[in-house]
Amino acid sequence: MYDFAYQKPASVADAVKLLGDDPDAKALAGGQTFIPVLKQRLAKPSTIVDLGKLDLRGITVGADTVTIGAMTTHAAVASSEELKAKIPGLQELASWIGDEAVRHRGTMGGSLANNDPAACYPSAALAMDATIKTDRREIKADDFFQGMFTTALEPNEIITSITFKVPQKSAYEKFRNPASRYAIVGVFVAQHANGVRLAITGAGQGGVFRHTAFEQALSSNFSPDAIAGIATPPDDLNGDIHASAEYRAHLINVVARRAVAKAR
Amino acid sequence: MGFEGIGASVRRKEDARFLSGRGHYTDDINRPGQLYAFIKRSDRPHARIASLQTAQAAAAPGVVAVFTGQDMAADNVGGLPCGWQIHNKDGSPMAEPPHPVIAIGKVRHVGDPVAVVIAESRQAAKDAAELLEIEYDDLPAVATTLDALEPGAPTVHDDVAGNVCYDWHIGDKGTVDAAFARAAKVVKLELTNNRLVPNAMEPRAALGDFDTSSGDFTLYTTSQNPHVIRLLMGAFVLHIPENKLRVVAPDVGGGFGSKIYHYAEEAIVTWAAGKLRRPVKWTAERNESFMSDAHGRDHVSTAEMALDADGTFLALRVATIANMGAYLSTFAPCVPTYLYATLLAGVYKTPAIYAEVKAVFTNTVPVDAYRGAGRPEATYLLERLVDVIAHDTGMDRVEIRRKNFIPADAFPYQTPVALQYDSGNYEMTLKAALDAADFAGFEARRAAARAKGKLRGIGISTYLEACGIAPSAVVGSLGARAGLYEVANVKVHPTGSITVYTGTHSHGQGHETTFAQLISDQMGVPIDQIEVVHGDTSKIPFGMGTYGSRSLAVGGSAMVKAMDKIIAKGKKIAAHLMEAAVEDIEFDKGTFKVAGTDKSKTLTDISLAAYVPHNYPIEELEPGLDETAFYDPKNFTFPGGCHVCELEIDQETGVVEMVNFVAVDDVGRVINPMIVEGQVQGGVAQGIGQALLENAIYDSNGQLLSGSFMDYTMPRANDLVNISVGTEITLCTHNPLGVKGCGEVGAIGSPPAVMNAVIDALKEYGIRHIDMPATGAKLWEILQANRPKMAAE
Repeated sequence: MYDFAYQKPASVADAVKLLGDDPDAKALAGGQTFIPVLKQRLAKPSTIVDLGKLDLRGITVGADTVTIGAMTTHAAVASSEELKAKIPGLQELASWIGDEAVRHRGTMGGSLANNDPAACYPSAALAMDATIKTDRREIKADDFFQGMFTTALEPNEIITSITFKVPQKSAYEKFRNPASRYAIVGVFVAQHANGVRLAITGAGQGGVFRHTAFEQALSSNFSPDAIAGIATPPDDLNGDIHASAEYRAHLINVVARRAVAKAR
Repeated sequence: MGFEGIGASVRRKEDARFLSGRGHYTDDINRPGQLYAFIKRSDRPHARIASLQTAQAAAAPGVVAVFTGQDMAADNVGGLPCGWQIHNKDGSPMAEPPHPVIAIGKVRHVGDPVAVVIAESRQAAKDAAELLEIEYDDLPAVATTLDALEPGAPTVHDDVAGNVCYDWHIGDKGTVDAAFARAAKVVKLELTNNRLVPNAMEPRAALGDFDTSSGDFTLYTTSQNPHVIRLLMGAFVLHIPENKLRVVAPDVGGGFGSKIYHYAEEAIVTWAAGKLRRPVKWTAERNESFMSDAHGRDHVSTAEMALDADGTFLALRVATIANMGAYLSTFAPCVPTYLYATLLAGVYKTPAIYAEVKAVFTNTVPVDAYRGAGRPEATYLLERLVDVIAHDTGMDRVEIRRKNFIPADAFPYQTPVALQYDSGNYEMTLKAALDAADFAGFEARRAAARAKGKLRGIGISTYLEACGIAPSAVVGSLGARAGLYEVANVKVHPTGSITVYTGTHSHGQGHETTFAQLISDQMGVPIDQIEVVHGDTSKIPFGMGTYGSRSLAVGGSAMVKAMDKIIAKGKKIAAHLMEAAVEDIEFDKGTFKVAGTDKSKTLTDISLAAYVPHNYPIEELEPGLDETAFYDPKNFTFPGGCHVCELEIDQETGVVEMVNFVAVDDVGRVINPMIVEGQVQGGVAQGIGQALLENAIYDSNGQLLSGSFMDYTMPRANDLVNISVGTEITLCTHNPLGVKGCGEVGAIGSPPAVMNAVIDALKEYGIRHIDMPATGAKLWEILQANRPKMAAE
């Protein structure tokens, strides 16, 4: 990696200031994407602002919502019994990210801010109508994800917590890239009192997206059969050496049906 | 101490240090004043280097030197040599274009070295490398095996017309053509053997050192055969005589063939250490490994079997195109010829075989031996062809194999493609494997799987391989530029402990344990008093290294010979001490006895007398108990066996899930069953990887698309299944231990078993053949394409 200056501020305000004062400064959360990028010299930040000292960890389970600190690791999410009882799909999703080492470093806020089109968490945020809280405002998940590696965040804006609406039932199902184990198609389905939300990650050219045709069908009949006949056009889907757009289109249906079948 | 001789599942002595992080690898070695080399590599598949300016990089902070291919050539550094010469059909030698250590004039594959930056730190070297000013004139590239032979294809080397390295053949074409003319049926199959990236756990590294006082060079390197590196690099590249060049290969974290070869980086750091009078270290990053370690396999073949009406094999005809990559790696030419086409008889008594092999250059990383080396390619071709014969003729796939097996009483058996098998019993391993896999009960399991929406298949492979390489005179006559004997030096120390120095090299095989067991068994010394030393040319008399499952069959046999000398000398000493005739001394597990009496001496009594020769036959016997033996094998060894794979395909996604894998192998006498089991399991894991997951994919322009673990699918534990390993043995008849070798059988026997199972699972879809790897995406497309046909039926 290239040389850089290193800062580890003690407050969110200090972190925001450091990032704001230097347009080439970058925030470091868990670093599970960012550090490999640095090691391969694909980024050359002047300063790294390590968010590790900020008090942004923890899972708060309320009656209708669950709020998770942005610096909470995947391992913490995966091992929370309280969360497992409340939103089993989210707990399961976290348990499948990367490997044990990645899960003990990687954070929910880092994943959402990066918005990798094959990352798992963005689908959960969309499906559970999450509110992403930052140092300066609240952003609805529907407004937050703006295309591959692009979000509504301003350059020096830091996610502090994420609040999910607790669904009646939820599930995450992931068809993994055989090599990287990222999602080729990941489906988060959440059945809410006012309807079903279902988001797809890994497949879309523009990153995570809600599958409205599935949502409508499932809202009136929450069963795999309800979506069995709904095809997804491959036009806006990714194709690569692991899966063509047509295969992804097909897998979206298969994976979504499996997610619905196991939702609880 | 429990039983720890031949046949004991002793835990590996070396594992304590490997598993606790105390292994000592090349990158763990640091020398005072050490510099770091960073190799600037081509990102172009094929280009003329129009301009290469190094001044800015050389002036960067911490940089000590920047060298180019021109600099090395100007210092009389030679190109990387090829260790095997193949001859064309017409008797002319193969094309052998120069392989400069650092590219001169042109780059020929992504990863080809363009310059080396040497600095006080890795970081400084890497920073400076970005200041190299390189202008390329891109040239059209040829990336795939088949494209290389297209009329008008770009040529990788100006003086190699049509990219053909050689056009070779073996067997009697006339006899084969005649058999095809009278055959009742001919079955033809076209298939590819996918290109693989070896991916040893430890990336390659090299550290060159120069002793300014003695003028001696030392190279520490991740090698499977340090003496071969000393020979090739000293004699052909750097012109350093053996007495001034030491090569050390310390703990090495896996090789699978990829660490046999003499690589550019070894020559660069050794030469630079001499130039700069300071040690120079290079360690590969993983992405460099993908573009600079020799790849494996990459064949495109057509196979045809002529059959009579009852399914008896009459003749086999094979045409193969093998990809050499951009340059000839050390042993590349022999892999698709003498390690491949000579294996095409397999376990069958096919009376006539003709094979022709064209080796081609492409703008890709050089291809060389990878676990199995040629034999997996032959086995895959043959065992797929046999299943396709069963498919096309409607014959039972087990019965057609049985009908054509070389029978157990036919050994020694001369094949029509040069090899003479010494021993084997293919019915024995077949039966054991079918029983262990409950082959007979499969159809019930298929039906049960069907009920839950899964397509279940079972596949078998009855294979044979040739290893324990190899008789020097034979390989010499076939083009090898080296002998392939092995060397052992057994030192019995004064107090009876033993150090054995072997020319083989362990990089995961467990030699420190297996060889200690072998010595213990013969000499009666506990294994903790036996040290096995390998990997240092300054300690070991000589050696050809470890590959081709040769270490025990050849290296172990050398140890037996050395021990025989120790015992013969010990008997003379014992006879003197006990005042008996030498002929009356018997030796058994550490004790010298006078036959028919209760008089005896221990090995320690004898060794002490040998080193403290106060009462000693000094007139006729030298002191000491230290013997060296060179062993040149009389033949290859021929392990074989049967692998059975059972798996399911998810009809909705095409994804394969392993259900069961059974390997029953005849590896000859087994020294350590636990190590054999581990070796076979590791090999099968790689074979399953090749069949289902791994694929080195180049795009048509010569960029490696699967150039990292993000895109190259290494098998993980949850891609596999418990691999049940059994052995049913016949002894090798021509080495003193009766051993054959177990290092590669797993990777050789398993890919066709897996693919035969995949295709069996798709039985109702009428699928005849699928090329590896059988990924979910590929199988889904096949299911899609064939589903309408099924519906119409």
